[in-house]
Amino acid sequence: MKKLSQLQVGKKGVIKEFTDLEMSLKLMEMGCLPGEEIVIERVAPLGDPIAINVSGYMLSLRKQEASTIILQ
Amino acid sequence: MKAEIRVALVGNPNTGKSTLFNLLTGLNQKVGNFPGVTVDKKTGYCNLPDGRRAEIIDLPGTYSLYPKSRDESIVFSVLADKGNQQAPDLVVVILDASNLKRNLLLYTQVADLKIPVVVALNMMDVAKKDGISINVNSLATKLGVPIVPISARRNEGIDELKKNISYANKFALQQDSIDVKAIAPQLVDAIGEEMQIDNPYYALQLAHQHEHLTFLSASDNDRIEQLEQTHNFHSQKAQATETIARYNYINDLLYDTVKVKEAAHEENTSNRIDRILTHRVFGFLIFFGILLFIFQAIFAWSAYPMDLIEKLFVWMQTGVHQMLPAGPLTDLLADGVIAGLSGVLVFIPQIAILFAFIAILEDTGYMARVTFMMDKVMRKVGLNGKSVVPLIGGFACAVPSIMSTRTIENWKDRMITIMVTPLISCSARLPVYTLLIALVVPSRNVWWIFNLQGLALTGMYLLSMVSAVVVAWVMKHILKARERGYFIMELPVYRMPRWNNVLLTMFDRAKTFVLEAGKVIIAVSVILWVLSSYGPGDTFKQIEKKYEQPQYGQKMKPTEIEHAIASEKLESSYAGHLGHVIEPVIKSLGFDWKIGIALITSFAAREVFVGTMATIYSVDNADEIQSVKAKMGNARNPETGQPTFTLAVAFSLMMFYAFAMQCASTVAIVYRETKDWRWPAVQFLYMTVLAYGASFITYTLLK
Repeated sequence: MKKLSQLQVGKKGVIKEFTDLEMSLKLMEMGCLPGEEIVIERVAPLGDPIAINVSGYMLSLRKQEASTIILQ
Repeated sequence: MKAEIRVALVGNPNTGKSTLFNLLTGLNQKVGNFPGVTVDKKTGYCNLPDGRRAEIIDLPGTYSLYPKSRDESIVFSVLADKGNQQAPDLVVVILDASNLKRNLLLYTQVADLKIPVVVALNMMDVAKKDGISINVNSLATKLGVPIVPISARRNEGIDELKKNISYANKFALQQDSIDVKAIAPQLVDAIGEEMQIDNPYYALQLAHQHEHLTFLSASDNDRIEQLEQTHNFHSQKAQATETIARYNYINDLLYDTVKVKEAAHEENTSNRIDRILTHRVFGFLIFFGILLFIFQAIFAWSAYPMDLIEKLFVWMQTGVHQMLPAGPLTDLLADGVIAGLSGVLVFIPQIAILFAFIAILEDTGYMARVTFMMDKVMRKVGLNGKSVVPLIGGFACAVPSIMSTRTIENWKDRMITIMVTPLISCSARLPVYTLLIALVVPSRNVWWIFNLQGLALTGMYLLSMVSAVVVAWVMKHILKARERGYFIMELPVYRMPRWNNVLLTMFDRAKTFVLEAGKVIIAVSVILWVLSSYGPGDTFKQIEKKYEQPQYGQKMKPTEIEHAIASEKLESSYAGHLGHVIEPVIKSLGFDWKIGIALITSFAAREVFVGTMATIYSVDNADEIQSVKAKMGNARNPETGQPTFTLAVAFSLMMFYAFAMQCASTVAIVYRETKDWRWPAVQFLYMTVLAYGASFITYTLLK
């Protein structure tokens, strides 16, 4: 079981499911849906939050939030 | 002004919604309030090609009708309040063509409410550059609504959009997007029947949001709640199902209307800029460089206009004194009202400059990167990446900084930022510190390069930052969060700032400040003027009589007598008496009643301290800080014969000014921004307690 927060910069992953229902609502509204491909674009200078590319735009989220996304 | 058609503007953040609003309404706009909530309501008027007048309402940017913040909750309540006269007849949904998929989510939700819709498709140029081609006609046919391609930045397509607004039908013609009933079949029917609603999505939204809708009666609420229980409704699960269904619909929709070139995912300009601006080392260096520049600019660029404003008011004051007959009314006008106005208007240059910079940072997309970089540090002390700019602005003036906290979506983070910003050493404290440090700290160098006076001043600035961080950390544990803290934020692509928008923001904020803070400051100034120009009984007359005696005329020059009278009058005025009244309380801080008077008079604004000191010690030339310093240095304690301003007293006084909320404008603006008098009250209280404590400790230790 690989979480989005464990993915390294430049690597791709495909969303499988979420571990937190409330968080998943916000994430899905922002375009992070199951089956969607995510690329880790960069990590903030202090190691948190991270920036990802999803459906053609840049989204930033904290690592703790990224850890609720399970990848395929 | 009566409008014949009401139009609501809805869209995601960063889609150019406010630019479009400004284009449609020009300067013909006003900021009001949505009833019952603290969200600004921006409305304006627009003339349509058919001669009708449209009222445009700019609703807060949101990604979905399910609100994540209080600003966002406005969107659904405005669209849903159908019985209201103010309800929109038409919704213009603005979509970002370069990010159509995510933007369409909100569109499908709004469309399903079956309010007539016109789509404004913005940023076609950006989409083209990204290799995205959109078949607008085919998309419009599929959605069943008019789609108008526009470029808000280049002012293109706006006339076409106005035409489409005027053609708009009274009936919603859009196609259904998803099968709403499938999400909660029985509940949707039951609510529809109970509330007599024939729109299934409206019924479903009522099930989700009924608790927060002010237009529903208590009994409506109870009935909906009851139905939810009967049908076992799980709001979050239903939302998840809905969002997935909507994206499935959108994917189908875009499948043969939008083509994306594969090469488009290569490195773009924004990414290259980000590589430098959010770099591990350069990122912070550039950010601190920008902050330093803004900080310098606020001081340097505002010096000249501030000086002009002050001179203008001094000129007006003298003018009033000369033109009007001498008397209490003239004095009130010149020394109360005009002096008070001057105290308000003198801050306009700083406010305008700070907001120009903030608008530029927001517009270019850099602010989102600042938040991205600073979030981790700021979160530790209970703040937010977005708190950085207001806190830095606090070095200039707390008033515009507190106004700028509106960019912080999270309620708790915003409140903490508002509460600690006045602790940051603002420019009004500078003259107080300069005077007191010059008085007690020798101008001597230590280790060759460090001047002792400079070190003391730097220390006061550092102290202000440390205290803000500590208080924020304490409040983080006291305040309860109203919403779960998210940091799921779009990083918009970099853009050139829109200069119109920058100017409009400057103008808007300066106007708000003058109107809101102005009322309070003028009132306080007038009260303080009365307190310091009147005394009980006929004491003032006796003072004047006393100096009319020939022995004074022989020994003293006329100006000396004038100053002696002014000084003695202030002593025996109500303010002077108040000074005596509070003396027992402030004695343990090392302050006598003369300092007490200065504490009272500088409540309107801190820098008044210097002027009051000049009057109390009857200084000939109050403009020269050196002469005030000399008189204060010579002041002796009548009982002990020791100097009044010892190191202990001066530092204790500086501590007091560092922490105390000696600023009526800030109190007024905190009230305006929080719309609840308890916030400024708590702030005033905690800052006074801190000020007293810090002064007491300082005085006790140094005595």
